[in-house]
Amino acid sequence: MTELFYSGAVVAVIATLLVIVQTNVVHALIYLVLSLLAVAVVFFSVGAPFVAILEAIVYAGAIMVLFLFVVMMLNLGQRSRDQEKNWLPARSWLVPSVLAAVLLMQLTASFPAAQTQIVEVGARAVSELLFGPYVLAVELASFLLLAGLVSAYHIAKK
Amino acid sequence: MESIPFEHGLMLAATLFCLGLIGVMTRRNIVFVLMSLEIMLNASGLAFIVSGSRWGGADGQVMFLMILTLAAAEVAVGLGLIIQLYKRFKTIDIDVLSALKG
Repeated sequence: MTELFYSGAVVAVIATLLVIVQTNVVHALIYLVLSLLAVAVVFFSVGAPFVAILEAIVYAGAIMVLFLFVVMMLNLGQRSRDQEKNWLPARSWLVPSVLAAVLLMQLTASFPAAQTQIVEVGARAVSELLFGPYVLAVELASFLLLAGLVSAYHIAKK
Repeated sequence: MESIPFEHGLMLAATLFCLGLIGVMTRRNIVFVLMSLEIMLNASGLAFIVSGSRWGGADGQVMFLMILTLAAAEVAVGLGLIIQLYKRFKTIDIDVLSALKG
């Protein structure tokens, strides 16, 4: 489980870094899917298998497909890619990112790492909480989804 | 079961959140800004999950489900807005789309 956690963490950080430096939107989307899947692996390794599966299905599946459809509708071509390249010259981000990496490595090395036991919390415990004390929050979430559906339809239609 | 340091999970969440924040601040393409917002939401959900697993409870996972719902609604509305902006202005550069600037 420990190796799973650290490999998932490394893949997630590298994929996210590649997302924010890409110039092509579709390549960035593919790296974002990879990053979300790596975070799902991290969820699995810290004892949350139900949420890991939901992350893979809903985030990496549904939401990213929505992004992909919109990118295909916008049909951004070479012109937008050239614009992106001009916005991000290497000399403006290289030094700050190297310094930030030094800080992050020092922080990781010096953090007190107390070992904690991982207890797996499955779908049953989550569902009992969802439909017990948190049932009002579930209702509010359904209202939010309905409002999002109606407003997305209204905004994108006219 | 083996064990994982709780602090390392929180540090991973903080790193991903900062990467998303850098994306929001530096990118000028509004699709990239929306993707960086997704990264930030996902990182906050990761912090909830790691904290929930630290004390062996399921509350963190419930909060992650709420964040998932929020992210889905936000992406639907945000992408609708992007389509509408592109139809009207033929660009998705947020430096050009500054009509709301005070």
